[in-house]
Amino acid sequence: MKGLASKDPATTSEYIQHHLQNLVYGRLPAGFERHSEQGHQVLTENTWTLAHGADEVAAMGFWAVHVDSMAWSIGLGIVFCLVFRWAALKSNPSTPKGFINFVEFIVELVDNKVKESFHAKNRLIAPLALTIFIWIFLMNLMDLVPVDLVPKLLMLVGVEYQKIVPSTDPNVTMGMALGVFLLMLFYNIKIKGFGFVKELTMHPFNHWAFIPVNLFMELVGFLAKPFSLGLRLFGNMYAGEMIFILIALMFAAGAGGSIISGGLNAQLFGEGTNVFLWLVTFLLVCFICLLNLKGKLSTGKTALYSLILLMISGGILGLSGGIMQLGWAIFHIIIVTLQAFIFMVLTVVYLGMAHEQDH
Amino acid sequence: MNINLTLFGQMVTFAIFVWFCMKFIWPILLASLEERQKKIEDGLNYAEKASRDLANAEEEIDAKLDEAKVEASSIIDQANKRAMQIIEDAKIKASEEGDRIKLAAKAEIDLETNRAKEKLRKSVADLAIKGAEKILEKSVDKEVNKSLLDKLAKEL
Repeated sequence: MKGLASKDPATTSEYIQHHLQNLVYGRLPAGFERHSEQGHQVLTENTWTLAHGADEVAAMGFWAVHVDSMAWSIGLGIVFCLVFRWAALKSNPSTPKGFINFVEFIVELVDNKVKESFHAKNRLIAPLALTIFIWIFLMNLMDLVPVDLVPKLLMLVGVEYQKIVPSTDPNVTMGMALGVFLLMLFYNIKIKGFGFVKELTMHPFNHWAFIPVNLFMELVGFLAKPFSLGLRLFGNMYAGEMIFILIALMFAAGAGGSIISGGLNAQLFGEGTNVFLWLVTFLLVCFICLLNLKGKLSTGKTALYSLILLMISGGILGLSGGIMQLGWAIFHIIIVTLQAFIFMVLTVVYLGMAHEQDH
Repeated sequence: MNINLTLFGQMVTFAIFVWFCMKFIWPILLASLEERQKKIEDGLNYAEKASRDLANAEEEIDAKLDEAKVEASSIIDQANKRAMQIIEDAKIKASEEGDRIKLAAKAEIDLETNRAKEKLRKSVADLAIKGAEKILEKSVDKEVNKSLLDKLAKEL
């Protein structure tokens, strides 16, 4: 009954594992034994299919695609392209207004950063930096969507796994870092030619006898750049996501028993958390916030009603969990922005180093 | 946490989005920004130039004003001097004219006096002759005694 168990994760570790599992489409090798509700089935040939569970993902190995990561990252990239294209077409030199002004502010910020740390002439660098900054920022921003919301909703329509933050997928972050690495390699060779080899072999000790030592040190340094670039982003976002999951787990898993600790959820549905109840609560809170934004409800009352709603549906645990989620989300916004910014700045700096003749 | 095909998928996607941004987003936005920057710069330059021009004009006005004042005072001085001279000239001329008129009058007086004297002399000479005629009771030949009579008239 693995399928059912993963649909409604009961134990703590299963809940976490379920949240960290991508939706994978890949090639199962011939001879693999599939477990399903209909029973065992041994594959006679290589089969491309959606993976059910971690063991199938492991069996797929390299020949697999994280459908959710790709879909969200491409979707967000398209959002970036459309929004900025729209702003570019709307932008005119006389008077920028509202959102276009904001877009221009970002463009100017990126342009200044690039001018600061990149001194050669290259038409690619600035658009590259802008794409990296906004795209990664959008991908990171998905972290602020309530952890359970999208996976649970998609589960209702039959999608088993869903990770909506592409930057918590090392494939995504390393894919971008590798892209940057290829550019570094290309420009190092294009600009410096033989000088690049010299840089790797005659530095830091300028003597032929030290060539192996130099080569080792410089290569390690050179290869460490893309890894640090990709893994830094991945690590930060993964850890942030993990904390959201743990907070969610804390109040969801403990929501048993009385109305004080578990609220309506515990009274109606017992130990397990119920998607619909939380969806209703979520929509009500959204509605209250909307009223506040329209000016029909004071901020104090908005907070109070939200707290009461959380208290009713989730009890003390739901309330404290909600507040902790909010607190961490507010803090996480800084990380989300900062990591996108760091990735961009480091990319520009690394490519700037590739363009500098004298080491 | 497995590395798989997603890695390359992401790399390709990355390249495509960077290409799109480089082709369709960045140049337009940057051109717009630069144009605005240039506009603002031009405006500022223009304003600075205008204020500089204004200051220059004010300075020029002051200089012109000073110049005009100096010129006016010099003109007044000159006019005063000229007036004085004209008066002086007129005085001299008047006195000269006076002198001349005086001289002319004097000459006329002299002339009249001489004429009167001449007339008188003549009449005296005639009178003397007539007296002498009377005395001598005979007519003295005028022609004969003419030189004598002239001499007498001159002595008178």
